[in-house]
Amino acid sequence: MFEPLTWALVALSLVAMVFAIVLAVLDKRINWTLLAILAVVEVGLLAQLVIGIIQLTGTDRDVSGVFFVGYLIGGLIVLPLGALWALAESSRWGAGALAFACLVIPVVEQRLHVIWTT
Amino acid sequence: MTDPAATRHGPGRILILVYGVFALAATARAGVQIATQFDQAPIAYILSAVAAVIYIAATFALARATKVSRRVATVAIVVELVGVIAIGAFSYAVPEDFPEATVWSHFGQGYGFVPLVLPILGLLWLRRTS
Repeated sequence: MFEPLTWALVALSLVAMVFAIVLAVLDKRINWTLLAILAVVEVGLLAQLVIGIIQLTGTDRDVSGVFFVGYLIGGLIVLPLGALWALAESSRWGAGALAFACLVIPVVEQRLHVIWTT
Repeated sequence: MTDPAATRHGPGRILILVYGVFALAATARAGVQIATQFDQAPIAYILSAVAAVIYIAATFALARATKVSRRVATVAIVVELVGVIAIGAFSYAVPEDFPEATVWSHFGQGYGFVPLVLPILGLLWLRRTS
């Protein structure tokens, strides 16, 4: 695992989550700034998928490859789905839903870390 | 009588996304377990698959938000609640039968107890929007 990327993804998705919660509290819909942050996270997740698979093929560790790649791919799906789901909602609850999608990323990162290190 | 579509708006937006994420996670997990290590704990893995199907049904039924789909959602979520309580209790009572965790083992402890809270919120939401 490339740790700095993991930490950056956790930090950025938490920033996005707080941003989404603020929008929801202010009764606003999601905006382009939030989507731009999530796009950066998504690019990072894509990079992590590539790096993860390369490292997986070169490691001596006994990593559960299927679960590892499963979480890498699963993490990629969550934000686009959450964003589409949030865009189709005209109330503050769209931003609330997207906040939850953001929270999934740190959970995925934690699982990836555990799978890699144990 | 409120519009049945209310189910997928407002707080339901978050609820359905949470259901969707659980559907995705449970399906992937059960699929991998059954495909690669089914012999290790067949009962646990079949239960994982059942949980996955229920999460999928609840997600789509809540999101469709018609009169009929609301009924489907109610049934799915009641089964989910019974399942998480039963599996949760069994996993404490006879841990040797659950060597590998399912989503519902220990009342969903491995998932921050969300699996226990989710069906309660789901039923409350269905009642609120009826």
